[in-house]
Amino acid sequence: MAEAKTADATASETLLRVEDLRTWFHTFSGTVKAVDGVSFSVKRGEIMGLVGESGGGKSVVGFSILGLIDPPGKIESGVIEFNGENLKDAGDARLRDIRGRDIAMVFQDPMTSLNPLHTVGEQMDEMLRLHTDMDASQRHARCVEVLEDVGISRAADRLKAYPHQFSGGMRQRVVIAIAMLAQPKLVIADEPTTALDVTIQAQILKLMRRQIRDNGASMILVTHDLAVVSEMADHITVLYCGKVVERGPTDDVIRRPSHPYTRGLIDSIPNPAHRTARLKQIPGAVPDIRKLPKGCNFQDRCPRVGAVCRESEPPLVATGARAHACHFPLKEGETQ
Amino acid sequence: MLGYTIKRLLQMIFVLWIVSVIVFLMMSFTGDPVFMVIPIDSTQAEIDQARRILGLDRSLFEQYLVFMNGMLQGDFGRSYVYRQPAMDLILERLPATMEIVVVAMIFAALVAIPLGVYAGANPNRTASRAIMSGSLLGISLPSFWVGMMLIFLLAVQWQIFPSSGRGDTVEFMGLKLSVLTLDGWYHIILPSLTLSLATMAIILRITRAGMMEVMRQDYMKFARAKGVSRRGVLYGHGLRNALIPVVTIFGLQLGDLIAFATITETIFAWPGLGKLLIDSIYRADRPVIVVYLMLVAFIFVVINFIVDMVYTWIDPRITVK
Ligand SMILES: Nc1ncnc2c1ncn2[C@@H]1O[C@H](COP(=O)(O)OP(=O)(O)OP(=O)(O)O)[C@@H](O)[C@H]1O
Ligand code: SF4
Ligand SMILES: [Mg+2]
Repeated sequence: MAEAKTADATASETLLRVEDLRTWFHTFSGTVKAVDGVSFSVKRGEIMGLVGESGGGKSVVGFSILGLIDPPGKIESGVIEFNGENLKDAGDARLRDIRGRDIAMVFQDPMTSLNPLHTVGEQMDEMLRLHTDMDASQRHARCVEVLEDVGISRAADRLKAYPHQFSGGMRQRVVIAIAMLAQPKLVIADEPTTALDVTIQAQILKLMRRQIRDNGASMILVTHDLAVVSEMADHITVLYCGKVVERGPTDDVIRRPSHPYTRGLIDSIPNPAHRTARLKQIPGAVPDIRKLPKGCNFQDRCPRVGAVCRESEPPLVATGARAHACHFPLKEGETQ
Repeated sequence: MLGYTIKRLLQMIFVLWIVSVIVFLMMSFTGDPVFMVIPIDSTQAEIDQARRILGLDRSLFEQYLVFMNGMLQGDFGRSYVYRQPAMDLILERLPATMEIVVVAMIFAALVAIPLGVYAGANPNRTASRAIMSGSLLGISLPSFWVGMMLIFLLAVQWQIFPSSGRGDTVEFMGLKLSVLTLDGWYHIILPSLTLSLATMAIILRITRAGMMEVMRQDYMKFARAKGVSRRGVLYGHGLRNALIPVVTIFGLQLGDLIAFATITETIFAWPGLGKLLIDSIYRADRPVIVVYLMLVAFIFVVINFIVDMVYTWIDPRITVK
């Protein structure tokens, strides 16, 4: 799945390059550095998994790419280069063109991401009206086609239905259909299956992967579920407290993680194949992002913590396709 | 749908019947209208005769039957004062009241909804805070004072608008209307503005509250992620979701303004229902008061029905049963 050709990737292979992104929220109770110096890139046709516990900044990264950060939030600095264009400096009109047409988004909860007062057909049609010059009958045909693609039968009839007439899984299919309508180059899926039944989760993930592959698109798959990422993603980026702690080809990272946090996430996957005696949760909780400790953000939960970890923050060090930010990275096969 | 409409109609008739009973009883227990219609120095025989003519000599129940019977035939009796059918008196003045009320409501909606959407979508901006403070004024200032200030400033001081009367009217489908003439509009503006201020403030606040709630919803962000413009997101996706409570209040206020336009009509000498009502109350002109009360009840009931219909039109999840 993930070939180690990352090192010699040429610029044209890269669809999205995020460099040193900082998105902060200036709240009354202090500055929340939700995303603080995040870098990664997504190649054409690849699925990139963005993982980490709740509050890690995954959603904020996704919204930053689309310029959907509202006050008191602000993108302080960084580069968001999409298809050779820096979106961070793009104006609002330009961003509106890109949203939906070049970069589409799928949200976590299909129960709330569709407007309850508009029919499914109206909400699909809106996307095509905004981003194509198709006439009404062409748009209708395209909506039917895409709705059938995501496995909804009697699509022409279903266009007239309202979201509340669909089940959760069906709604997420509709949301995916809306995302795929204008054939975007990149889909940002923010926990697309978290709100769904386990049985439906697998179906939806398979559907998404097929849609992405068929369209030759790329995807950023945001999730806290490493098991999902290991099945879906080519590359993986692990976020902790708004910073990248580890990054690399999925198989490689899962097989031999370098960062104790990644190790902890892997150990807490409920999977018999890993043959751990029992599930190991990462001890402690994510610290308050407004009161981060000096040094490594993970120090209070880390089994490998040393004196230096409390003094200086580990920089992100890249070796080949891999990168990690830890003073005492795990060696191959080492458990903790 | 048809079944629902029939059910609602029966409900409306029932409500109106209850109102008619209450109105009838209230009228019977408040004062004797005979002394309003006869000369002070009438003899007992004359008084008795007047009683008989007015039907006041019969039992309460008989009086009620007569009253109901008349009402069912559209006959609400003659005004003791004007000696013409009370219904005609009311209908003659209803258009004038409806005119300032409808203009006031449209005016209130046109101003309040965009401002409410703005203030709800940008709650932290200075402009939004100013709008909210303004709306607080609109709610707390009494309308008679506002009306008098408007007259003082715009009619007396700067003489932009006339201070009283209806101006030129034009006959349209049997109704005398001012909205069809320019001079009529000059006369309508001040009373309508006075009448609309409180409603405007209330609708503004309801719209804002609804929008603030709606802004948090995922579908708003999803619409933005589709590339919909800010305006499109606010008005195409947001407003409709915030509209149910706005429509509710709008309906209530509409009924309220029709029923209580009295003060404003008095200040601006607007020849509407309010003036007639006040005069009729002073003179215990029972038939006119009865028609007025029944009409207001009827209007409330109809508005209520329309509001319920509008709900189902706004929100497909609301079904009529
Ligand atoms: N509008 C906001 N105002 C203030 N803080 C915010 C805002 N949005 C996000 N944050 C903060 O930014 C941090 C990262 O949030 P984010 O939603 O990106 O986390 P996440 O990794 O997506 O978590 P989850 O798995 O819960 O979705 C959190 O600490 C959150 O409190
Ligand atoms: S830097 Fe130190 S505290 Fe941080 S993860 Fe590595 S070993 Fe643990
Ligand atoms: Mg999130």
